[in-house]
Amino acid sequence: MSEVKVERWLDDYREMLLIRRFEEESARAYAQGKIGGFLHLYIGQESIAVAAATTIEKGDLVFQTYRDHGTALALGMTPEAAMAELFGKDTGCSRGLGGSMHYFDVENGFYGGWGIVGGHLALAAGAAFRSKYLGEDQVTLCFFGEGATNIGGFHEAMSLAGLWKLPAVFICENNQYAMGTPLSRTSPLSDLSVKAAGYGMVGDRFEGYDVDVVREHLKKAIDRARSGEGPSFLEIETYRFRGHSMSDPGKYRTAEELEERKKKDPILLILGKLRDAGVDEAKIEAIEDEVEERIEAALKHADEAPFPEESLLYETVTVEKF
Amino acid sequence: MREITYREALREALFEEMRRDDRVFLMGEEVGHYDGAYKVSQGLLAEFGERRVIDTPIAEAGFAGIGIGAAMTGLRPIVEFMSWNFSFVAFDQIISNASKTYSMSGGKIKVPIVFRGPNGAAAQVAAQHSHTVEAFYAHIPGLWVANPSTPRDAKGLLKAAIRMDDPVVFLEGETLYNLKGEVPDASEDEIIPFGKARIAREGKDCTLIAWGAPFHTALAVADRLAKEAGIECDVIDPRTLRPIDETAILESVAKTNRCVIVHETWPYGGPGAEMVDLIQREAFDYLDAPVLRVGSLDVPMPYAKNLESLVLPTPERIETAIRRVTYREER
Ligand SMILES: Cc1ncc(C[n+]2csc(CCOP(=O)(O)OP(=O)(O)O)c2C)c(N)n1
Repeated sequence: MSEVKVERWLDDYREMLLIRRFEEESARAYAQGKIGGFLHLYIGQESIAVAAATTIEKGDLVFQTYRDHGTALALGMTPEAAMAELFGKDTGCSRGLGGSMHYFDVENGFYGGWGIVGGHLALAAGAAFRSKYLGEDQVTLCFFGEGATNIGGFHEAMSLAGLWKLPAVFICENNQYAMGTPLSRTSPLSDLSVKAAGYGMVGDRFEGYDVDVVREHLKKAIDRARSGEGPSFLEIETYRFRGHSMSDPGKYRTAEELEERKKKDPILLILGKLRDAGVDEAKIEAIEDEVEERIEAALKHADEAPFPEESLLYETVTVEKF
Repeated sequence: MREITYREALREALFEEMRRDDRVFLMGEEVGHYDGAYKVSQGLLAEFGERRVIDTPIAEAGFAGIGIGAAMTGLRPIVEFMSWNFSFVAFDQIISNASKTYSMSGGKIKVPIVFRGPNGAAAQVAAQHSHTVEAFYAHIPGLWVANPSTPRDAKGLLKAAIRMDDPVVFLEGETLYNLKGEVPDASEDEIIPFGKARIAREGKDCTLIAWGAPFHTALAVADRLAKEAGIECDVIDPRTLRPIDETAILESVAKTNRCVIVHETWPYGGPGAEMVDLIQREAFDYLDAPVLRVGSLDVPMPYAKNLESLVLPTPERIETAIRRVTYREER
């Protein structure tokens, strides 16, 4: 096993665990009333965010749905800024105005955090359009759920991106359920990647539990986009372990199904790789301790940070004032 | 009279009207197997089956349009938006098609359809999920707009809406679903007509008009001011915003000579402005003070709790407005 590969996996483990622990603690804070509104957890899907963040290059751009904590953290948002946002604090990544669904972190290429299903695909295409327009070589990644593949926003964004060969990668995180509805009741297709052909795109379809597999497939699509061969549509099989949001008890699936799926937990998978490679347990534990410290610091920060001032409301409506 | 929740009242209306008429069906996201995102449609799938309780993919423009097409050709659809925020992707279907067909066809094609779902801010769901939409839809000739604030009105107005031969925008209060109130038995088959306001409280000092969630805030302020300051408000719930019950408003203002309008929408170009126009036009000589509006602050809804509660019409802002128009600002 190459040294480089093991180092990579250790980083992957650290990142995935950070996301997992961040969200477990945010669920707890939600129950304590410190977080309000909708909270959609990414638990079970972490390998995809981490693979994306470790495959793109500096300057590349990323758009995500409301299920955005994992992607933002993987791209480098600090847990402090992320947790403070959930607590509605001024030091949050959107200064407390956006909340869980509307993370933004432009420095790290994260362009949100969008609440309307299908609405952000055209925005991502627009970011890709900008790269092409300026003759620059950034690639834009756009994530969405399988539930978003029926809405007009999906179709129109894909149509234009395909027509204009925009440097984008459209990534469907198929976690099997759109809220309480399984894919079998929202699409006549079981293989969504065939939709790519209708837009003149390359389609690809694979399991997303193993971070290395995701990286490999993503890299091909990103390379295609960067070299001017146009956008791709990827369908990644994944699974969310929690309900759609905190208010969803998830009664539409059986406990057995959930247990079965948890066997493919991406964090278990990466741990298995580390152990198979003979990595020292102490090294793994050190990562776990480090993650705990970072999460604790984030919670402490979020607790202590100030709420935004009323003036922020008026300052942020429009850029120009009258 | 028995008491049930606003949610149960709506559900009863759906059950009763679907039993009454096989052409009536319900369509929307999670309305069937999940029993409704807000459980309004609980039990409907079990009774009526998948032919009449239809789970849709997330495709609002598609299923709103399918509803309109079915209505044009003889069915009587009820289309549920998981929340009215998601009606915006179907705006074109409602505005360009549903509201125009009857006129554009020279009165030959009717569109008997109800679009319904929760309206208004819930708690901390931020800018994209907190819209109060009546200003958008009440603007459109060809639509009827209902906005019930109590369980009884919710049921009676929904039954009226389903029996109407026109497109209806039916705005349920997202934060009102658990509200309890008196509702007559099913045997009474109560239908509440559009365009008839409800006088919720009588008083001689100030007309207070409010609907939706802020109706309850406004009523509580009125009760308190009666006790604490001897200011007696006439509290009017218009119940529908297209049409508005002009008579009820004008009669009240003729009595009180003052008026405050409270709503959750932004004031700019909203239904409150429409009422102000009515009052200054038809009751100018009765007015002893400028008519004031209390709405959400003119900003997108913030997530942070401390800011969200400032944005929504607060009891403090309602009280200040009432005191200003009654010249009782000193406390
Ligand atoms: C246009 C629109 N309709 C409905 C909703 C409500 N809603 C939010 S998420 C969701 C399910 C989305 O499922 P999917 O796209 O598979 O993504 P996942 O949540 O599983 O990540 C629905 C119906 C919305 N946000 N936008």
